[in-house]
Amino acid sequence: MNDVSDVALRLAIVFVVFLVAPLLVGQTEHKVMAHMQGRLGPMYAGGFHGWAQLVADGVKFAQKEDVVPAAADRRVFQLAPAVALLPYLLVLVVIPVGPGDGAVGQAVDAGIFFVLAVMGIGVLGSLMAGWASANKFSLLGGLRTAAQLLSYELPMLLTAASVAMAAGTVSLTGILDAFAWWWLPWQIVGALVFFVAGLAELQRPPFDMPVADSEIIFGAYTEYTGLRFALFLLAEYAGIVVLCALTTVLFLGGWHGPFGADGLGWLWTVLKTALLAFVVIWLRVSYPRLREDQLQKLAWTTLVPLALAQIALTGIVKVAIN
Amino acid sequence: MPLSTAAGATASATMGTTVASAGDHPGFLSPSGVEIAFLLVGLVTLGAAVITVTTRQLVHAALWLVVALGGLAVEYLLLTAEFIAWVQVLIYVGSVVVLLLFGLMLTRAPIGRSPDADSGNRWVALGVAAAAATALVWVVVDAFRTTWIDLDGPAQGSTEVTGAFLFRNWVLPFEALSVLLLAALVGAIVLSRKHDTDTTVRPGPSGSPRSPGPSGSSGPSGKEERS
Repeated sequence: MNDVSDVALRLAIVFVVFLVAPLLVGQTEHKVMAHMQGRLGPMYAGGFHGWAQLVADGVKFAQKEDVVPAAADRRVFQLAPAVALLPYLLVLVVIPVGPGDGAVGQAVDAGIFFVLAVMGIGVLGSLMAGWASANKFSLLGGLRTAAQLLSYELPMLLTAASVAMAAGTVSLTGILDAFAWWWLPWQIVGALVFFVAGLAELQRPPFDMPVADSEIIFGAYTEYTGLRFALFLLAEYAGIVVLCALTTVLFLGGWHGPFGADGLGWLWTVLKTALLAFVVIWLRVSYPRLREDQLQKLAWTTLVPLALAQIALTGIVKVAIN
Repeated sequence: MPLSTAAGATASATMGTTVASAGDHPGFLSPSGVEIAFLLVGLVTLGAAVITVTTRQLVHAALWLVVALGGLAVEYLLLTAEFIAWVQVLIYVGSVVVLLLFGLMLTRAPIGRSPDADSGNRWVALGVAAAAATALVWVVVDAFRTTWIDLDGPAQGSTEVTGAFLFRNWVLPFEALSVLLLAALVGAIVLSRKHDTDTTVRPGPSGSPRSPGPSGSSGPSGKEERS
């Protein structure tokens, strides 16, 4: 019985993090983008610097009518937001935030595989939305999403495999246990490739060709309104949280830090994740959108060779230190 | 649910090292919870597979295929072959189905029923499917007739055990498969390059529409981005 309550408590905590962390990233994005672009951003809702803006947005979304286009495939259309959002919740469950068994929702033996497999499912949501909307812009968005996923999945897997080789395990907690500070320079190329490929999978700028508003309105999500649209937005921000947390765990040492790894390990994880989330927002403000062919070219001619080189380097060093 | 199952059950069916003779097992008439779940998920998987091949809506067929493949992954999980389960999701649901949907959307993916989504071979196909299923069930039943796999023993579907098993006992087939895949890869590149020399004369519809004149025939590139 104690086990049951323990598991329930952990899952409840993960669920709360899943609901709160994306909102925090969203609010940070409002403010960081505003400052970087020399403007104020939302300032009125809630009083202090517009902190309640996202809550107000949520209320607005809930009040809007949930429209399903007449020609749409109704069930697939309605199911798509859930398919897009739920995988990120599942991924959050297995990410360790601190040392020991107590600081992870549920330790999974093949953690890396689980995470990458489940994140791949989320893209199905965009594809379903793109097809079921009965809209040419949506279909184009879905197509671009699929093309992007197919090319960026490979470098992501390869760099994750590089970390797994270095640690000698595919368990996320095992990787963190094996981490040492010199992994950072050793795996830095892999880290960059992983992060960039992850950004592309989330369709975040500069890889937001699938939702390029000046060309195809909002890609696969063009026809969505109200809460279902909000769920897609939430999926994007949950995706940022998951990607940053995963990069932290795989490449930046997670709860390892210069001091206080025992008591305050989770704080290091949160700090690194927040820093990476800031970088994600920073990139959105700084870089123009990549064109579709540039996007494919980056994946196949830059990221894949770099990832392969990283694997070779990992193998050589691994053999050398053994 | 899959997570708790993965953690709770700790032995493997794939390795088959902890098998007992038929006399030791509790029998089919007192099924455990895992066995009932296995059966139910199996029925769902079978149902999804049948809908996949009978539905007249092309994209629905691909989405039901997701359900069938996911159900198969859950079955692996219930047999505590965790690694195989995640690889199943990663490869089939994450890549193969996405590729399938991509292909469908790129060619034709009408909403609603496709009246021509039918084949005169359907009865032959049914016969082949039934024959294949019979052969597989027969082989499996014949091979494992009296063995009973203990799912409560030490973890044997874990990544470590699977890896050791694969690279100690099955390394030659593994390498042969790698060579086969490499050959397929090279073949795909050769085919696409042949297509590429055709388009040097006349840029195909897939070429970059922005590329001006003959310089664009070398395929899409970002060179003229800033000009």
